[in-house]
Amino acid sequence: MAKEKKKTSKVVRYNKWGYIFLIPFITIYLIFNMIPLITTIYNSFFENYRQGIIQVGPNWVGLENYITIFSNGDIPKYFSNTIIMWIFGFIPQIFLSLLLAAWFADTRLRIKASGFFKTVIYMPNLIMASAFAMLFFTLFSDSGPINSLLMQIGLISEPYKFLSHTISARGLVCFMNCLMWFGNTTILLMAGMLGIDSALFEAAQVDGATSTQVFFKITLPLLKPILIYVMITSLIGGLQMFDVPQILTNGEGNPVRTTMTMIMYLNKHLYSKNYGLGGAMSVFLFIVTGILSLIVFKFTTKKED
Amino acid sequence: MPNEEYNSVEGGLGIAARRVISYVVLILLTFLCLFWFYILFINSTRSHAELNRGFTLLPSSHLMTNLDNVLHGSQPILSGLKNSFIVAGLAAVLCTYFSTMTAYAIHVYDFKAKKAIFTFILAVMMIPTQVTALGFIRLINTIKLQDTLIALIVPAIAAPATFYYMHQYMESALPHAIVEAARIDGSSEWRTFNTISLPIMKPAIAVQMIFTFVFNWNNYFTPALIIKSENKKTLPILIAQLRSADFLKFDMGQVYVSIALSIAPVIVVYLCLSRYIVAGVAVGSVKG
Repeated sequence: MAKEKKKTSKVVRYNKWGYIFLIPFITIYLIFNMIPLITTIYNSFFENYRQGIIQVGPNWVGLENYITIFSNGDIPKYFSNTIIMWIFGFIPQIFLSLLLAAWFADTRLRIKASGFFKTVIYMPNLIMASAFAMLFFTLFSDSGPINSLLMQIGLISEPYKFLSHTISARGLVCFMNCLMWFGNTTILLMAGMLGIDSALFEAAQVDGATSTQVFFKITLPLLKPILIYVMITSLIGGLQMFDVPQILTNGEGNPVRTTMTMIMYLNKHLYSKNYGLGGAMSVFLFIVTGILSLIVFKFTTKKED
Repeated sequence: MPNEEYNSVEGGLGIAARRVISYVVLILLTFLCLFWFYILFINSTRSHAELNRGFTLLPSSHLMTNLDNVLHGSQPILSGLKNSFIVAGLAAVLCTYFSTMTAYAIHVYDFKAKKAIFTFILAVMMIPTQVTALGFIRLINTIKLQDTLIALIVPAIAAPATFYYMHQYMESALPHAIVEAARIDGSSEWRTFNTISLPIMKPAIAVQMIFTFVFNWNNYFTPALIIKSENKKTLPILIAQLRSADFLKFDMGQVYVSIALSIAPVIVVYLCLSRYIVAGVAVGSVKG
């Protein structure tokens, strides 16, 4: 009896260490993430900005800031910019990734040097996005190498101003996002495909299914949870789109603000110290990403059980 | 091979044709991924005058001149490199150490708030740092850490995504029996974590250190809001400055070398360790 009591107290003494080991992480999280979140929400209810040298506020204005960013068309415009650039980067990305993942995972195809190809396609993901955007800016500038290449081979007679047309400016952003992320998505999808029971593929082969049939009838349906996971995490990432369009357009979102994303707009407010509108913008983004995160959370924890 | 028969019977593409198509696409994509870096390299070796003359695929001989001009130019690239190394290096070490410690606490011990804390960390994992940036700047100003590298390093300690990765890895690689054996041998909990559990976690720690290093090396949004003085700026801020400066006045050779310098360290690390990195990508996010 006494021995047992001693044992439990020892276990409790061990488990106290669970709390001790949690202290640094939780403390830092509460200070640098929780407090900022609360002050961000708090700030969104105040009028607080600088006009020249005059500081206006902070004055309590309730939901005024939220009404402003929705009614002056800022959120609708920048939200749709962001979503458009995400979608047109994501569609080719998921298409390429599914194709490549299917090839890499296909045991009949036996791609040689697949390690090399995976290394290459994943590389753009690790490159500094701002430097990559700067590189694209110089390469696609009016007197840059791409224009001189196109003129040298006679495709165009005068430089095409890539960043002065909505379609090409957005196109560059989409292209860069696709290039930076398709390798990552390929690896995730491939891991999912390798997790599918190979007996299913063998059975399909015996029944005489073509590889196209196998892909659409077996691989794709079984991959659905991972596809949804990839899509939502990509959407959350897409909503944070900042570095590439910011550097490419020097923070202007030109032409006529068609490449201005939500985070770029938030960044503008943070620089000009317009904490009221910036706060409202942040809270809006927080709610949207929060809802999306909940969906991802459901997915990750469901498999846990 | 029987497979080829099945394919031809069904009228699908033969395995040989499919193989050709896949290689063609893969080579095209390889070209698409590497082309930009090749041009970057070529243009880094060319002088401003040569760059103005047009496009070429052959390197020139001005790499060292350009490099020398950049290092002694108006942009503090050297201190940028140093600052980026300090921030990314320290953040990587602190982040992985404390996130592993947190994962260890959840994995090994049994306490009342365990499930609640675990659920909480998973729930906040996806929330982007940008949405709390406003409060973050105000906090940094209040505690007088504005314009310091500390403000970029210390917050990295709490990284829910790293925690999650470590927790996943521990489930498969760190049996409770090891911890118990260490206890019986009289090792303190602190020592068990540092000298027995951490070495077992080495592969996961290496992968996460690389990812955290790269993330912080590349991070532009937060540093640009915190750092103001020239000698504390990290590379992404300097790259952005290059963009906002009057572009045509710049020696283009220097611009290319600056870009090359800011991405080269990551590429070198990646090429050395690509096998582990690519393998590590899948583990954290998708469960089989």
